[in-house]
Amino acid sequence: MLRLHSYRYHRPAALADALALLAEHGPAAMVMAGGTDLMPNMKHRLFTPDHVVALKGVAELRGIEEREGELRLGAAETLAAVSRSALVRAWLPALARAAGLVAGPQLRNMGTIGGNICLDTRCTYYNQTEFWRSALGFCLKKDGTVCHVTKVGRKCVAAHSADTPPVLMTLGAVLDLASPRGTRTVPVADFFVADGVRNTVRAADEVVTSVRAPLPGPGSRAGFEKLRQRGAIDFPLLNVAVALELEGDVVASLRVVVSALGARPRFIGGLEKLAGERPDAALLEAVARRALDQAHPLENITVDTEWRRAMVPVLVRRALAQALAGPPGGPPPTG
Amino acid sequence: MKSIVALNVNGDRQQVAVPEHWTLLETLRYGLGLTGSKQGCDKGDCGACTVLLDGEAVLSCITPVWEAEGRDVTTVEGLAEPGRLNELQAAFAETGGAQCGFCTPGILMSAWGLLLRSPSPSRDEIKEALGGNLCRCTGYTKIYEAVELAATVGPTARRRVPPTLPLSPCSGRRGRGEDEA
Repeated sequence: MLRLHSYRYHRPAALADALALLAEHGPAAMVMAGGTDLMPNMKHRLFTPDHVVALKGVAELRGIEEREGELRLGAAETLAAVSRSALVRAWLPALARAAGLVAGPQLRNMGTIGGNICLDTRCTYYNQTEFWRSALGFCLKKDGTVCHVTKVGRKCVAAHSADTPPVLMTLGAVLDLASPRGTRTVPVADFFVADGVRNTVRAADEVVTSVRAPLPGPGSRAGFEKLRQRGAIDFPLLNVAVALELEGDVVASLRVVVSALGARPRFIGGLEKLAGERPDAALLEAVARRALDQAHPLENITVDTEWRRAMVPVLVRRALAQALAGPPGGPPPTG
Repeated sequence: MKSIVALNVNGDRQQVAVPEHWTLLETLRYGLGLTGSKQGCDKGDCGACTVLLDGEAVLSCITPVWEAEGRDVTTVEGLAEPGRLNELQAAFAETGGAQCGFCTPGILMSAWGLLLRSPSPSRDEIKEALGGNLCRCTGYTKIYEAVELAATVGPTARRRVPPTLPLSPCSGRRGRGEDEA
């Protein structure tokens, strides 16, 4: 039995009310979307806010619509809704796939796309009860000074564990944020930082209000692969998202993001040299090789690190093959 | 300090005084005595606490009770008509879909949520819908068979009928139609 600490739960119906609550309570408040990450973390005493501002009832954070060459997803739309949305499935099938591979069905009914993007990092030495953590003397990320993964490191290496951001990065999506101080737009590619303690640029009083992705052209293809121990429930051991543009019979551009290894999802570098190549087995191998060279998982998850690394080229090849075999994004069928 | 939360549980309107930080599961079990929903991992992994919120399967152990305010909550106690198992429960008994039984209420609710939106699910749909429920006894084959068996009964039989039997002593809910207009 894991009891929660005592806190006030606020359910504003409008964004202005949510921001007013955040302004009023300052550092004593935290925002909660689906709560599927924050509630277990609160039960583990990783967070003990006096005030929780729930976002699921905020009207401005709902809706999935196509407008001005973009697909806009309200941040409080559930992962189940995103994975089943006819618009998302037609335009951005890789995003629908990633959303549908998060955790299990109940968690997708509760968890939101905005919450998935803002998911806390995870580590063997962090996602534990207070009793467990105290027995070890706590860790760098919470209440302690030592990193039990690197032993000597002064930097937290807890793993980015969300499934949708790698896809959103390859698709060039942006996030709209609002706080009591105003609004701003941040590309998903610039949203994450390599600090496991707090791996996003979102301020504590900032709310992700929507996610916007450009509608892909007829030559665009995208794919997503996730490695995990079971077919459901588990967080990723490794994520690979790919997106590419075909021009005629060659690949004009190519983007690959590898995630769940360190504190932030990373683009694989050097792929611009492969532009103009045909999408054949040799290209897949060349991309897979570059990804393997640049992937360095740490023992932040209790699963064989060498296996996770060895699976990087495998998942890159699978994701590329999936992207090339899939249909281009387009409007959903009518009638 | 306690606050009053208004819930619609298994068709009954309930007002419960709860500490403000309680989850929906704590409210069901310790506020209303509905102990069918199980407290397993208590952190959103195992699925034993699954209930339906407006017809969708959610994990009550990580749902703040206030998220359920004014909404329809269905627990395993809401499946059986007094004195008679519903077709899904009967199918689990028929195929041997339960052993120790701890995961069963959560699995029943995930499966019931599936049958409500997809009356004749494929084996793959059933596997997907039960992916968030851990069972460490049976393996899942007999559980899948039970859901398939229940689906063959069809949506017509799934329509609720007024009870003809008296209130079951083990049921936490009133018989439907007793004193309702």
